[in-house]
Formats: sequence, structure tokens, C-alpha cells
Amino acid sequence: MIAAASPIVLTGVTESQRAFPYLTTMILVPVAFAFATMLVPKGQRWAHRAMGLAGSFGVLGIAAAVLDQFQAGDGGYQMVSSHALAAPIGLSWSLGVDGISLFLVLMTAVLVPIALLGATERTNTKAFTVWVLLLEAGCIGSFLSLDLLLFFLFFETTLVPVYFIIAAWGHERRGYAATKFFIYTFAASAFMLVGILSLVFIHQNQTGVTTFDIRLLAQTHLSGTADVVLFLAFTAAFAVKAPIFPFHTWSPDAYGESPAAGSILLAGVMAKLGTYGIVRFDLGLFPHAVVVLAPLLLTLGVIGIIYGGIVAAVQKDLKRLVAYSSLAHLGFIVVGAFALTNEALSGAVLQMVNHGLYTAALFLLIAMIYRRRGTFAISRLRGLQGSAPVMAAVFTVVMLASIGVPGLNGFIGEFLILAGTFLTHRWWAVVATAGIILAAVYLLWAYQQVFHGKPNLEDEEEGFAEITVREGLVLAPLIVLIVFLGVYPKPVLDRITPSVDQIVLHIEHAAHPSIPIEGQPGTAALRGGATVVVHTEGTK
Amino acid sequence: MIHAAFLIPLLPLAGFALLAPLGRRIGNPIAGWIATFAVGGSFIVTILVFIGLFQQSPAHSQFTQSWFTWFDVGHLNVNAGLLIDPLSMTMATFITGISTLIHLYSIGYMEHDKDFSRFFIYLNLFVFSMLMLVLADNFVLSFLGWEGVGVCSYFLIAFWFDRDDAASAGKKAMIFNRIGDAGFLIGIFLIFQRTGSVQYTTVFSRLGHVGTASLVGIALMLFLGAVGKSAQIPLFPWLADAMAGPTPVSALIHAATMVTAGVYLMCRINPILHLAPDAAHVIAWIGVATAFIGATSACAQTDIKKVLAYSTVSQLGYMFLAVGSGAYVAAIFLMLTHAFYKALLFLGAGSVIHAMEEDQDIKNMGGLAKLMPITGLTFLVGWLSIAGVPPFSGFWSKGDVLENAWALTPALWAIGAATAFLTAYYMGREYFLVFLGERRWVEAHPEATEPGSAQYTSRGVHPHDASWKMSLPLVVLAVLALFGGFVNLPFHPNLVFLERWLNPVVGATVRQTHFSVGQLWAFSLADAGLALAGVGVAAAVWRRATDRPALEPRFLFMAWFIDWTEDHLVARTGSAFSSFTSSVIEARVVDGAVNGVASLVRGTGDRLRKVQTGYVRTYAMGLVAGVVMLVAYLLVRVGS
Repeated sequence: MIAAASPIVLTGVTESQRAFPYLTTMILVPVAFAFATMLVPKGQRWAHRAMGLAGSFGVLGIAAAVLDQFQAGDGGYQMVSSHALAAPIGLSWSLGVDGISLFLVLMTAVLVPIALLGATERTNTKAFTVWVLLLEAGCIGSFLSLDLLLFFLFFETTLVPVYFIIAAWGHERRGYAATKFFIYTFAASAFMLVGILSLVFIHQNQTGVTTFDIRLLAQTHLSGTADVVLFLAFTAAFAVKAPIFPFHTWSPDAYGESPAAGSILLAGVMAKLGTYGIVRFDLGLFPHAVVVLAPLLLTLGVIGIIYGGIVAAVQKDLKRLVAYSSLAHLGFIVVGAFALTNEALSGAVLQMVNHGLYTAALFLLIAMIYRRRGTFAISRLRGLQGSAPVMAAVFTVVMLASIGVPGLNGFIGEFLILAGTFLTHRWWAVVATAGIILAAVYLLWAYQQVFHGKPNLEDEEEGFAEITVREGLVLAPLIVLIVFLGVYPKPVLDRITPSVDQIVLHIEHAAHPSIPIEGQPGTAALRGGATVVVHTEGTK
Repeated sequence: MIHAAFLIPLLPLAGFALLAPLGRRIGNPIAGWIATFAVGGSFIVTILVFIGLFQQSPAHSQFTQSWFTWFDVGHLNVNAGLLIDPLSMTMATFITGISTLIHLYSIGYMEHDKDFSRFFIYLNLFVFSMLMLVLADNFVLSFLGWEGVGVCSYFLIAFWFDRDDAASAGKKAMIFNRIGDAGFLIGIFLIFQRTGSVQYTTVFSRLGHVGTASLVGIALMLFLGAVGKSAQIPLFPWLADAMAGPTPVSALIHAATMVTAGVYLMCRINPILHLAPDAAHVIAWIGVATAFIGATSACAQTDIKKVLAYSTVSQLGYMFLAVGSGAYVAAIFLMLTHAFYKALLFLGAGSVIHAMEEDQDIKNMGGLAKLMPITGLTFLVGWLSIAGVPPFSGFWSKGDVLENAWALTPALWAIGAATAFLTAYYMGREYFLVFLGERRWVEAHPEATEPGSAQYTSRGVHPHDASWKMSLPLVVLAVLALFGGFVNLPFHPNLVFLERWLNPVVGATVRQTHFSVGQLWAFSLADAGLALAGVGVAAAVWRRATDRPALEPRFLFMAWFIDWTEDHLVARTGSAFSSFTSSVIEARVVDGAVNGVASLVRGTGDRLRKVQTGYVRTYAMGLVAGVVMLVAYLLVRVGS
């Protein structure tokens, strides 16, 4: 029996036959440009760069069209396109976009051209461009797949470009970092592959249908144990990818040793594959296990917030500092995902985008400093604000966004996450709130070391060039988005929340089947009856 | 006219938006004038709105102006909108008024600074944030202003960023503020959970359904925010360090406006405090303790601005004493008069520091009253006001606070009264050391009289009053400090203007004191007596002497070693713990486990190199080959 009542099932707008296949095109365009770039002879640096930019801007254009076509009030999958690829094994080319994936795709489409423009790799630009474009295709494909196996293929594919980007264009310890990254994430994915296959076989046993379609797999009836085991198998892959404490130790090495474009895409986009996977697959496929194991994941998220902040405070290298700060920020996202309230989950989805924007901007700025001084060592930088006030001002804005100062984008996400988490898991929220103090500690400390004070004597002679127009133009879109999302996040949230409501409702329904699913989403059960004019306390 | 309210915060924001990209090009002094006019315009609009509101009947003295939905998720609906009521307009009036004066003063004070325009960019952004804080119609938007003023305070304390002490002080201020902000946030979460709203009016209308324990929790969490922002025990050390910023900043942010934000917040949530008397008691006791510790610390400082900084801590403590006693009008009254006389004292100190070529040690000053008559005279007014000598403004406002403290418990009154005596004394000490006595700066700055050194002659110390841009604000503030008490005179019900004006906001919750005429006279005489005693003792002790080690113990100079203790107990322990976590737990335990597993898998070290350079690349290329084939297959398949 197919429980037709479940909210996730096929509620999306189905693709009309004549509709332009935006989503498929968005994946194929970067692939096509990657192949085309391969045909350009070596040494033609500008041609390679032009191909890379043309491809990534093409994707950006399509993403803009998708945003335009997107129906704001609809929480289901939109622009769905489904083609059977290998019917016997159930693999299908199923793509769709909803409020969860829409802005992650857009963010990817924005960050890739910025990463390419911000990159200054001079050697073997051809291979570099090809890898970046393939990475973009892999990431967008992961966000859009409605087929588990297709998702897994895209998800795994992204490892390869990143491996080569780190190994070929990275800094001193690039070999170690690239290998550690690859083996660690690859090993974790093996758990998910086993999980995927098990889920499909269980589903096949129950229904006789072999499919990887997540909309159908969400209907699988899982025993308590199977639910928990499969949840853990999936979560292993996502926890490493995000990363979640204590599975993070590849990330300081990988972020630190990557070239600028690699760091931007790793922290900005790839990390979100992990948190996106949690929201889409953990929450979508294993609602019982989510309810059972939420305290565990919440705890890991909160530890990540505090631990990342503590360790970031003593980093000697700017990029490693941002890596640990990312661990803390992803901790917030994990907390938001497992608080299981509309507010927190919407905040988590928004924060994935926010984190991508300000972290990319931070890595760009750090790359600009590196270009001028050839170092990431905090102790070797000092007093830069005197020579480069504009760069200092831009750095300040990005830093404040990352700290979560209201008026900039980081605040909205963190506030929603914490306010929503407080409703269901008060003490986790309280500890996580204390984490915002740490963000100020390590970032202001780093800023003071690098930008304040008097420059060292030998550095003073060398000087420090102000931000160039070109560099400013690369950063400008990020700054505009950081401010815009801080002042007026409503249009974005209006598109995120309907999909979030469906997920929260789905979990509530699974946890408490007696709740009618037609009701206002997110009002009851999981909040413990402690909100919204439900003033039980005072009347007792 | 009330509808023009949106212009109040928007004008300073426009000034910021104009100067941020173009300030450097516009330059000195035009950028300063633009900033001043932006804030001055905001002051005029505020007055107009104030008048418009004044003409309404008290029952209709509350307006909201909704701009747009900031964010709206689940049940959390946060508006960007203003709440125009007597409390917010009282705040906005004195904020814009004093800001205008201090902007004007700054044009003179900062005229030789190479970063002149940057100063005014920050200043305008600060005024915008401060106005959002007091005008917002909900907790979250107020929090935007709250954090905004904290960030601007960070910018402005660290304004001379090449000085390490200024950079560190800015960072310290922001971190101390953030500790409080975490409390503020948790307070908001609790409010949202219990009432389903964050909008002031809605929240207050639903308090009947919230349990007392929750209300105490909400009040104390928001008070934690106030403790950070308004420099109360134990989060006050940042305010003393904040004196590293330019003096107009100290006057505007660290005396008159930002540091009073906590008091404003507590007055705003008066319906909550009313239902949570336990929290109110905590506030009163923290307040009076801070008042006492601040005042005693001020007695032993030698830096002209640090005396004022600890004095501010102490006066803010008084305000919280008033809040905790349920005397919200008295708290606002003291905030208002304190803004006048403390801004006056800081700006006077700025004039002195200018005249002394940046020397801030009061032991190196003396005899300046004759050379700087305007500064000297206005500083005298400031001293007598803060001392509480009748009929200066401090007499009326401080008297109000102490009466109400007595009504709560006489012990609070006793400590408050002792502090009042100390206040008159320590400010007297400063006045005598700076403005009277011998001209010690002649010896302290020998280079000034040494004609041989060309480097120094240009920097000679020639004390004189500054230009009109700096003197005019002093005179205006002196007039306000002298007569400011008249907005709330106790003689006749018609004269308690402030009380009647604020009645719609706090009337239902304010403590009603019932003293007989005789008691009131006794309070007044006690207040006046304490103030005059402090003035007299200061004169007796400091008229002739410049050093009295017995009266300036190190314990008080170090402000009861509270900063020192926190630094050693929290900051240094924290850094050590961070280092340990990073070098041992992270490197050896967490990452060590990962590398250990990896070593187990790959066996001996010899094969390590092979894995790193060879095998992984092969795996990766294999994966690529597979994907390429798959993609090719897909292309064919989808295309067909």
C-alpha cells in the first residue's frame, strides 16, 4: 500500500512535456564546457579562462531562470524531469528543485564564477578549468537529484575534481591534505552506498518495485533498528562531508592547503552537500530515527560550535582559522536541522547559503593578502589597515557577517536556528548561543593581529597594495548579497519555508501518526506544546 | 507630524550611506558638517514628532510605524517598524540632541586627524543604531540597534588602530558586550517561546499567561544584556579601557547614550519586571554595588578620563538601582541629567587633553581654570551637577533615585547615600587637581619651555580654550546640566512633567512612594548635606595637596582587582585551555585517531608514500573514467 497521504509524495509540479529542461541543462552546460575546454590547446590561458567563465556564467543564467520560474508558495518539487536510465536496476535521471535546494543551486552558480575570477592559478589552466566545471556539475547534480543512486554518483564525482585541485595547485602539504580528504570522505561514502542499497532492497521486498526514487523510498516501512542503522550509514557520509565534529580533521588540512578557488568551493559549496544530505535524506527518509537520534546529532553540533570556536582561537594560519570557524558554523546548521522546528530548519537552510557567501568572501580576501605577502601566518601580518583601508573595511563587513551581527546575513540564519531550537531543545540552544561569543573572540583577535597595530619595519618598506578594482568587482556580488540577505531575507525565506514545513510535518506525522497531516504544519507535537499562546505554565 | 518618525533614524543612516563611499573624497571639514547636519536634521524631526505626540491625549500616545516584514518563519514574525511613545521619544530627543552637539564638537576636536571622515562615518552609523535600539517596536529590531552600537563602539574605541592599547580595548569592549548579548538573545528566545511574539506591545499583553519563573528568567537574561552594555558588575572593565578612544566618543557613546541602553531596555520591559520582583531585587543590588565600586574606584584614578569612566559606571549603577526599585521615571530622569553633565565633563576633559598635548594624567595638570575660563567654568557646573548640589540637575535626579531606594529597603539607600558623598568628593578631587593649584604641567613638559629642540617647540603646551565649535557644546551642555532638573520638580503635581509624560508607559508599574512632607524634606536635606560634605572634603584634602597615597590605595586604583581577576581567571585560563585543546585534543586525540586508523590500514611506513602519491591518484582516475563513461551513456540516453 502506498500511503498517498504522506506529504512528500509526488506533490511537486510535474514537468509539462514542452517545458524547457532547465535542471538537466544546468548540469550538462558545465560538463559540455569542460569537454570543450579539453579541446583547447595547452598554453592558451585566456581561452581556458574564457571557457570556464562562459560555462559558469551560463549556469548562473539558467539558475536565474529557475529562480524566476519557481513558484514561491509551493513546497513540493518543481520543474521535475524524470527519465528512466537503467530500468532493470531502477536508476532514473530524476531531477527536481524545491525550497531546500533552490538557493543552494543558486549559491553554487554564484560562487563558481567568483572562484574562477578570484583564482590566480597560472599553471595548467586548462586542467584547472575542467576540474572546476566538473565540480560545479557534480554539486548541482547532487542538489537536484531525486534519485538516490543518481545523487550518490554526483556526490562521489565531486571528490575527484577537488582531489586534483588540491593535489595539483595546493600549497606545501597538498599531497597529504588531498589524500586525507579523499580517503576520509571516500571511506565514509561507502557506508552510505551500503545504506542506499539496503533501503532499496527493503523497499523492493515490501512493494516489488525496484526504485531509487526518494519520493517512493520515503514510504518504506522500516523497523526501528533498520531505521536507525540506515540513518547512521547515511549520516556517516554527510557528517564527514560537512564536516561534523569529530569527523572534521580532514578539513583544516584540505581548506588550508587548497588554492583559493578550492577553498571557496570546498567550504562554500561542498560542505553544504553534507548538510543538504542531512536535510533531504536523513530527515526525508528516516523520520523515526531522526526523532530518536536528534539529541545525539544536536550534541555533536553544539560541540562543534564550541570546540570549533575554541580551537579557532589559537590557530596560527588564517585559512585553518576559517576552517575551524566553519566547523562551528556548520555546527549551527546541524543543530538547526535536528531541532525539528520550522524556524530552526528554515534557518539552517538559509544559513547554508549564508555561510557559503561569507566564507567565500573570507577566502577571497585571504587569497588577496597571500598574493601580496605570500603568507597565511597571522603572526607575520600586521597593521594592514593603514595601507589598505578599503580592504580592511570589506574584511570587516564579512567578518561581522560571520560573527552574526544583525543587518548582515549571518544573523538571520543563526537567530532562526537558535530561536527554533530553543522551543524544543532549550539547553542545546543555550550552549549554542554561548558559541556566538567565541565567534567574536577568534575573529576579532585575528583581525586585530592582521589589520591593527603598526606594520613591522621591513613590511612597511615593502608596503601593502590596496584592493584593486578587479578584486573589488569579484567581491562586490558577495558583499551585496551579504547585506541584502541581512536586511531583506523575506523573498528567500518565503521560498524556503513551504518545503521546510513539509519536512517538519512529515517528521511529526511519522513520530505521532495520530496528527492529521492536513493541519497547519509545525504547530504541535514536537514543540512539546510550549509555544504560541499555549500558555500551559501559567495556568497550572 | 508623527508620520515623519521614519526620518529620525533614516537621516543618520543616509549620512552614513553618503559618507561611507565618498567621505574620503569629500574630506575635512565638509564630511564632518554633512554628518552633523544629518544628525541635526534628525534632532529637528524628533522635536516635531515629539510635539505631535505631546498633543495627543495620554491614552493615545502610542503609535507604531511598520516598514516591512524583516523575516517571518513559522510563528516567528519579526517586523521592521518603529514604536513611537513617550519613552522612545524621550530617548530619541536627548540622543539626537546630544549627538548633534558632539558631532559639532568633533569637527573641532578631530580637525588634525588624518582619518577625519572615517570618524564621522562611524559616528553617523552609531547614531542610526542607537535610534533603532530605542525606536524599534520589537525585541529583535532593538537587538539590531543593540549590536549595531556595540560594533560602532568597537570601531570607535579602536579608531586609532595603530595603537595597540586602543585596538585591544576595542576588541575587549565588543567581547564583553557579546557576553551580555548572548543573554539578551536567550531572553528573546524565552519571550518568543512563552508568548509567541517578539513585539513589545503583544508580548506585554500576553504576560498574564506566563509563569513567574519564566518571567524572572526573561528579566534576568535581558538584564545580563544590560550588564554587558551598561558596564555593571562583573562586566564593567571594558568601559575603563574604552577610554583609549577619542574623547568625543567617550562623551557620546561611553557616557551619554550607548551605555544607558541597558537602562532603557529595563524601563521598556517594566511590565515584566513588575511581575518578577525577584529579578528587580537582583537588579537593584547589582546596581547599588556597581555604584559603590565605581565611585570608590574613581577616587584613586590619575587619568582624567578614567575618573570619568568609573564615575559613569557608578552613575549607571544608580540608574539600575532606580530600575530595580521600580522607579522607572527616576531612572530615566537620572539618565537624562547624567547625559548632560557627563557629556559636559567628558567634552571638558577633551578640551583639557587637547590643551595638554594628549597628556591625561591629572597629577601633571593644575591651574588651568584661569587659562581656560570656558572649560573651567563649565567643568565646575558639571562637577556640582554630578555631586548633587542644589539646584543643579543631579540634585533632583539623584534625590529621586535615593528616595525610591529607601522605599525598597533602607540598606540600599545607605549605600547609595555613601556613594553620593563619594561622587561629590572624587569629582572635586579631579576639579582641584586639574583646574586649581599650581601649574604642574610646566615641569611635566620641560620640552615646552626648551627652545633648543625644534621638534618640540611646535608641540608646546599652551593651554587655551578651543574654537567655538568645541566651546559652544560645552556652554549648551552646562546650561542643560544646570537647569535640566527642572523637567521633574517635586514641589507641585504640575511640575513633575517627566513623570506625567512617561505615565502612559510606566504608570501602571512604577513604584508609588508615599512620603510625608517632613520625610521629603529630610531626604532633600540629607542629599544636599552629603553633596556639600563631599565638596567640602574634596576642597580640604585636594586644594593644596597633589599626592595622598592613603586616599589613593592601589586596591581602588585597580578597581578592586576585578579586571585583573577576570583577566587571570577567565581570559588567561581560556587561552591556555584553547592551546591545550588545539595541540593535544585536536592534534593527538581527534586527528590522532584518524591517522591511527589510516596507519593501521596501510600498514608500514614504507608503503605510506606509495598510497599518498600512487594509489589514491589511481582510484581517483578510475572514478573519473567511470563517471566519464556514465556521462557519455547518459548523454546518449537522454538525447534519444
